[in-house]
Amino acid sequence: MNRPNPLVELTLSRFREFLREPEAIFWVFAFPVVMTCALGIAFRSRGSEPVIAGVVEQAGADQVVAALEQNGKFTVRRIAPDEADRALRDGRVPVLIVPGTPPTYRFDDARAESQVARLAVDAALQRGAGRRDAFAPVEQPIDVVGSRYIDWLVPGLLGMNIMGTGMWSVGFGIVTSRQKKLLKRLVATPMSKADYLFSIVLSRLATLSIEVIVIVSFAWIVFGVAVHGHLWTLALLSLLGAISFGGIGLLVASRARTIEAVSGLMNLTMVPMWVLSGVFFASTNFPDAMQPFIKALPLTALNDALRAVVNEGRSVDTMLPQIAVLSLWAAISFALSLKLFRWQ
Amino acid sequence: MIKRYGTVIAVDGLDLQVLRGECFGLLGPNGAGKTTTIEILEGLLAPDAGDVEVLGQRWDRDANRLRARLGIQLQETQLAEKLTVAETLRMFRSFYPSGPAVEELLETVELGSKRDAWVKNLSGGQKQRLSVACALAGSPELLFLDEPTTGLDPQSRRQLWAVLERFRARGGTILITTHYMDEAHELCDRVGIMDQGKLIALGTPRELVASLGAEHVVEFALGDGAALDDHLLAALPGVRDVRRDQTHLHLSTSELHRTVPALLDLLRNRDASLSQLGTHSATLEDVFVTLTGRQLRDE
Repeated sequence: MNRPNPLVELTLSRFREFLREPEAIFWVFAFPVVMTCALGIAFRSRGSEPVIAGVVEQAGADQVVAALEQNGKFTVRRIAPDEADRALRDGRVPVLIVPGTPPTYRFDDARAESQVARLAVDAALQRGAGRRDAFAPVEQPIDVVGSRYIDWLVPGLLGMNIMGTGMWSVGFGIVTSRQKKLLKRLVATPMSKADYLFSIVLSRLATLSIEVIVIVSFAWIVFGVAVHGHLWTLALLSLLGAISFGGIGLLVASRARTIEAVSGLMNLTMVPMWVLSGVFFASTNFPDAMQPFIKALPLTALNDALRAVVNEGRSVDTMLPQIAVLSLWAAISFALSLKLFRWQ
Repeated sequence: MIKRYGTVIAVDGLDLQVLRGECFGLLGPNGAGKTTTIEILEGLLAPDAGDVEVLGQRWDRDANRLRARLGIQLQETQLAEKLTVAETLRMFRSFYPSGPAVEELLETVELGSKRDAWVKNLSGGQKQRLSVACALAGSPELLFLDEPTTGLDPQSRRQLWAVLERFRARGGTILITTHYMDEAHELCDRVGIMDQGKLIALGTPRELVASLGAEHVVEFALGDGAALDDHLLAALPGVRDVRRDQTHLHLSTSELHRTVPALLDLLRNRDASLSQLGTHSATLEDVFVTLTGRQLRDE
């Protein structure tokens, strides 16, 4: 009989085990789709919305309300005098008009929404009182695909998924085999250890390609999120990200003896990156002093590079710093895990 | 050979030779050092002191070549649950440069009808036979089995024994650990009895039993309130040894036909009633009990 190829058999075994695990299928394929859907709906572009304005219920309130309603751009709320402070404080109204001659505008100067509402209210009331505009500008409202929140979000979710799947699939598989003494049994055969570790990477790449195709096509079909750059740049970055996080998964799993231990280590590694690396909101929100550290995280590098290709259509030569960060993480984590790996 | 874990000495100066073509059984209670010994021989553990030579090769020099010549079954291995029997065997077969085809392995361990079943749906006996089939995947010259039948029902044990007999019929060597005496009797040419890391007896099952100098054991229990001194029993004809446990008295004897009537006479004279009486041919279990004063298994 022809001897089956050990690398092929190891890879197939891993891939089959993965496909036969319904929970794994859910977390890898269904979860990012559900997530994209939920966030896409929550943050969809709503077009122009009426400005909310509060009017204190006292003498002169009727005229102010009539002037605002005539304008048509406002949702007016009448507020009892003793409710006024609370309505402002809890954000029910961004601006509160106290009728009088002249009227008083009460608003929070630090909030953009309050400032906008104050300007809109002022313009409407001035016009109602007879002010004439110096000119009528030409207005062009736009909804550019590529600049919506969903466009920004999808590459981040893709990066997060590449991280999560890479680490879980590599780490869980190894620690389960170690816990069940299967690893020890394999070491007792003439199996090459390099084949074993390489088969983990190969089966991960098989799941990766399906995962990326599912997420990118779903976002494109349902939300019209287009990839502006080359698809092969996207493929290259996904591959590099998967290898990098596969290496980190390998490192995290290299000594852990139990599933509980490896789960803890995984979360310790991943949770900071969910927060810092710009999945749901830009990492530039963190102070400047933290930026060099944040930029050195593999997920930040992956997300930045993915956004550059998906949203901005940039070419691969503009992403060399991110590629360097990912490659470095991959090289260091693989080298360290080979040294530390506990086979028994 | 010596192996320590912290202050515990798991294997304490073991010296052992297993011959080609024989089936050698390592017997002993849990914690005797059987598994540590077999794992050192398998190259999975390094001894703290001593030399190990397997099939003329040594682990420090020839590990890779040696692995291809051995078949190993570990006590605690759980194979991947969601792979089929055939997939599992195909993977193990791929590690070895030569060996039988997967279909042939399936036939050897009588799992042909289960070839496409997931491992997790196999019975305990079927899992153990699959585990042995994995060990046979490289046509080994030497098979290491660590308590392969522990926890199996009698029928499953016999099926596994049949697999091992076929392997031996083709000239294979087996080293097996067990705490079942009947298994050692049935399978092994020679046995070594281990206790607390030491080899305390070595020989064929027949030799070891004969070394007791008593081929039979009389077991009995006295009725309520009755008591007998050990020296009275020891003086009965043919009795070589008297032992008590919580419920029973055990007399080792070389002359059953004289010991039993004498015992009954003694009881009648003393007006002591019997609540139970039985005899059996001496076994390896009795050898162990005689050597250590303890039972082989805590049941």
